[in-house]
Amino acid sequence: MGRARAFLVAAAVLLVGRRRKRRLRPGEREPIVAVPAPKSPDAELVAIGLLFAAAACGIAFVVIYVLDRLPAQTQLLGLALGLAFVFLTAALTVTAKWLVPNEELEDDYPEHEHPEEQERIAQVVEESGLTRRKLFALALGAAGGSIGLALLTPVASLGPALHLARFYLTPWRRGTRLVNEQGEPYRADEIEEGSFYTAFAEGADKEGLASSIVVVRLPRNELELPPENAGFDARGILAFSKICTHAGCAIALYRKPMFAPTDPQPALICPCHYSTFEPATGGKVIFGPAGRKLPMLPLTIDAQGFLRAKGNFDSPVGPSWWGVRMKKPTS
Amino acid sequence: MRRLFALALAALVIVPAARAQTGDVTRGRHLYGQYCIACHGANGMGVIGGRSEGQKREGPPLAGVGALAADFYLRTGYMPLHEVGKEPRRSRVLFSEDEIRALVAYVASLGHGPPVPKPRPERGSISEGLKLFTDHCAGCHQIVAQGGFLTGGVAPPLDRATPTQVAEAIRIGPYLMPRFSPRQITPAQVNSIVRYVEYAKNPDDRGGWAIGHIGPVPEGLVTWFLAATALVGVCLVLGKRLGRG
Amino acid sequence: MVGRPDEEADVVIRAIVRFLDQRTGTAPFLRKTLRYLFPDHWSFLLGEVALYAFVVLVGTGIYLTLFYEDSTAKVVYHGPYQPLQGQEMTHAYRSVLDLSTTVKAGLLIRQTHHWAANVFMAAIVLHLLRVFFTGAYRKPRELTYWIGLTMLVTSLLEGYLGYSLADDLLSGMGLAIGYAVAMSIPFVGANLAALIWGGPFPGSHDFFPRMYIVHVFLIPALLATLLAVHLALVALKHHTQFRQSRRESERKLVGVPTFPAQTPRSLGLFAAVVAVLFLLGGLVQINPIWLWGPYHTYSATNGAQPDWYLGWLIGALRIVPGFDVVIGNYTLVPNPFWGGALLPLVFFGFLYLWPWLERRFLGERGYHNLLDRPRDAPLRTAIGYAVATEVFLVFLAGSADRVDVLFGLPYIPQIWAYRVLVIVGPFIAALLAYRVCVELQRGERVERERSRAELAARSRA
Repeated sequence: MGRARAFLVAAAVLLVGRRRKRRLRPGEREPIVAVPAPKSPDAELVAIGLLFAAAACGIAFVVIYVLDRLPAQTQLLGLALGLAFVFLTAALTVTAKWLVPNEELEDDYPEHEHPEEQERIAQVVEESGLTRRKLFALALGAAGGSIGLALLTPVASLGPALHLARFYLTPWRRGTRLVNEQGEPYRADEIEEGSFYTAFAEGADKEGLASSIVVVRLPRNELELPPENAGFDARGILAFSKICTHAGCAIALYRKPMFAPTDPQPALICPCHYSTFEPATGGKVIFGPAGRKLPMLPLTIDAQGFLRAKGNFDSPVGPSWWGVRMKKPTS
Repeated sequence: MRRLFALALAALVIVPAARAQTGDVTRGRHLYGQYCIACHGANGMGVIGGRSEGQKREGPPLAGVGALAADFYLRTGYMPLHEVGKEPRRSRVLFSEDEIRALVAYVASLGHGPPVPKPRPERGSISEGLKLFTDHCAGCHQIVAQGGFLTGGVAPPLDRATPTQVAEAIRIGPYLMPRFSPRQITPAQVNSIVRYVEYAKNPDDRGGWAIGHIGPVPEGLVTWFLAATALVGVCLVLGKRLGRG
Repeated sequence: MVGRPDEEADVVIRAIVRFLDQRTGTAPFLRKTLRYLFPDHWSFLLGEVALYAFVVLVGTGIYLTLFYEDSTAKVVYHGPYQPLQGQEMTHAYRSVLDLSTTVKAGLLIRQTHHWAANVFMAAIVLHLLRVFFTGAYRKPRELTYWIGLTMLVTSLLEGYLGYSLADDLLSGMGLAIGYAVAMSIPFVGANLAALIWGGPFPGSHDFFPRMYIVHVFLIPALLATLLAVHLALVALKHHTQFRQSRRESERKLVGVPTFPAQTPRSLGLFAAVVAVLFLLGGLVQINPIWLWGPYHTYSATNGAQPDWYLGWLIGALRIVPGFDVVIGNYTLVPNPFWGGALLPLVFFGFLYLWPWLERRFLGERGYHNLLDRPRDAPLRTAIGYAVATEVFLVFLAGSADRVDVLFGLPYIPQIWAYRVLVIVGPFIAALLAYRVCVELQRGERVERERSRAELAARSRA
């Protein structure tokens, strides 16, 4: 029992520090300015009080944790634990400033270098007994390099790094129906002017970048589609990839003019960096950092009145990469 | 005899009400002539390429917009325009309740338009509302309706929008906002969206002080101006020692 | 406490030390460690703040791994949070949602972890500023500096991966942008992206498990190793110090010993960091993923931003004008490259190269244990200030849209203003900083001469 108590005292003392003994141990440097730890029983009491406060907060945390019905549990838990550490900080600060000797000592910086040791190392290496040093080094380098390369090669299996065909693949082909998020097909006559609709390729995974499109309707006389998009509309209904060609965010904004003489023209806008695409001109970039027009999907209306794709997009979807202008999308 | 009495009673009630109706429309026409005609034209025909007092005066026609639109624009203070030529925004409401009713009645009389909607958020589903809001609204208004930017305008935060105004705005598509017809967003779905917008005014903030509901920007401000400042302060306290200047 | 506690404690302490030394032989090493000297200046504690934030990150992080599911398989939510009832989401998002709503103290630990990440980055930046502007990176401490920079870059990635693991709407948008930046690298962009994601975005089903293992194991192991080497190097060459009196010199280090003086200081700082982080974790909401909803490639929200330490990149991506560099049908440089990849490359390249640049072009020579005050090295301070200003301006540019929403300042003129500022601003900043340094030095010289003259006059009188 006495030993256990002594152990606890020792631990506390080790933490809090004690007065240095005046006699010097062999090899110990003389302190230049030794401020003896001032006797401050008040500070000691403050530190002890703060530690007990910290203990109380710790217990409070457990109590709050156990009590189920308390509202704002996260706030109370954080407050309890946070305050526990605040009191601990305070106790340690009091200790550092008033309970521990603040000695300012001098010491030498270590040597800049050790020329003799350096010399000895160089000697040891040089005396290694090799005659064809350069060739050895070359061979070693070759072995290390190619083995290293070999060990790294399986990394290429992480993905189709050398076969990028998938980057051109879309789920759209001639006749693919446009469906909404619930899988119900869109009828041409439900697409109204002044609004925008999100559609997907029927049967495809909705999360695929090429699957989602945004559909809008403009009056036919407002269309100014470029030659490569001629005939892409279905009675004024236009469809574009919903994925911005700048950095891949979903183009979730559509701006429609309330009053044409004063308001900006219809545009699809990306909320990430505000690339703005003009549907009337086939998805041309009219503002923002996108470097490529929005891919357009040609539409047609089938005999039952449902919207279908007439073919694939006019360009690959999603953010640009080195081959984005080299091939057309595939199905 | 009793029938005649009932008829007289009815007339006593209906005729003043009817007169109040037409009275509203007449009063509305007078107010319209004072505040609206310069941009919206006589009989709500709209004005294109007009000028008055050196300023451009243009405005869309109001025929067929119905009580719904007039109610929205007047009760939010979008109209009369705070600054001609600038985006219409929520601002001072210039008219009293009676005047608004009069103007709404007048605009409603300019053709067949939708009446003021009566959304029932309590019938809506909050989770369907979040889904619909994400799909149709969050791109401009931000996921917790804190408002957002788009090229050409600003989508306002919805903290001051009443359920009726939300339902109205969905149908009108004010300024640059798309308009969603009942076919695209059904009245039941409007109830859900309204319910979500009401929730967004006071969402679940179980994590503590919400700091604006827009994510990392205010979080960064707290990191630097609260946490980093406090910790640098602690460093200053601990780094100095007693007895040293 | 009966008896003479001092003597009893003495006996116990000796017993412990003897036990250790007999079994490990480390008494000489321990003595040197206990009496290692720490030069005394508050700015030297900033690195420690980062260290303690890292400890909190690891501790809270371990707890989070016991609940997180790294799967992107879809599930329909049926839990207590009503607004997401019946919604489709990934297991990953659901596990974070459950942690935030049903696990007791789960939200506290999660928020503490996220605040710790933000504070960790801020502390590193402050520490880096101190190291840079005082010249602590100079010979013989270049290795320490480069390791510190590597930790900074690694931590940027680590934080990004960490908040992307939740698969919420905001961080999902951020991942798409990261993908676009990878794709935009000339010649190899799509190949690299294909490797990382296992195919086109959103990637294969093992993309999230990859992010997870990198975030919870590979990078922490790397950081811990770098940290250990960083601290060992600091101790081997000893800390640098300011010249605060006649006693400090290139050969003599003046400071307080680890024990007993520095120990309560460091422990106190540790406790303060933990205190701030738990208080924030409980009281200030951060990344409320239940409000954002789950990520879908076809969904987006306005006002999405990355965490603050990546904010400079969103600013850069927004102000670069819209063009891809195309040769024939070969897209050499897609647009996101400039802001998303080149800017950070140039910035970190500058930081890595700086010790060499200073030696090569600014006549820096020699071996330094003493630090400069920023004013004593006007060229370095001016250049550093210019680079910091550039980063800050780009960072501010990313806020232009919210400024328009909140204060009505039109977005497009702001963007143009920032485009001009990021070119002109650093030069102005450099000139200003240089002038301030020179003036401060001049002022001190005048003070010194004045006091010397006064002394002379007084002695004559």
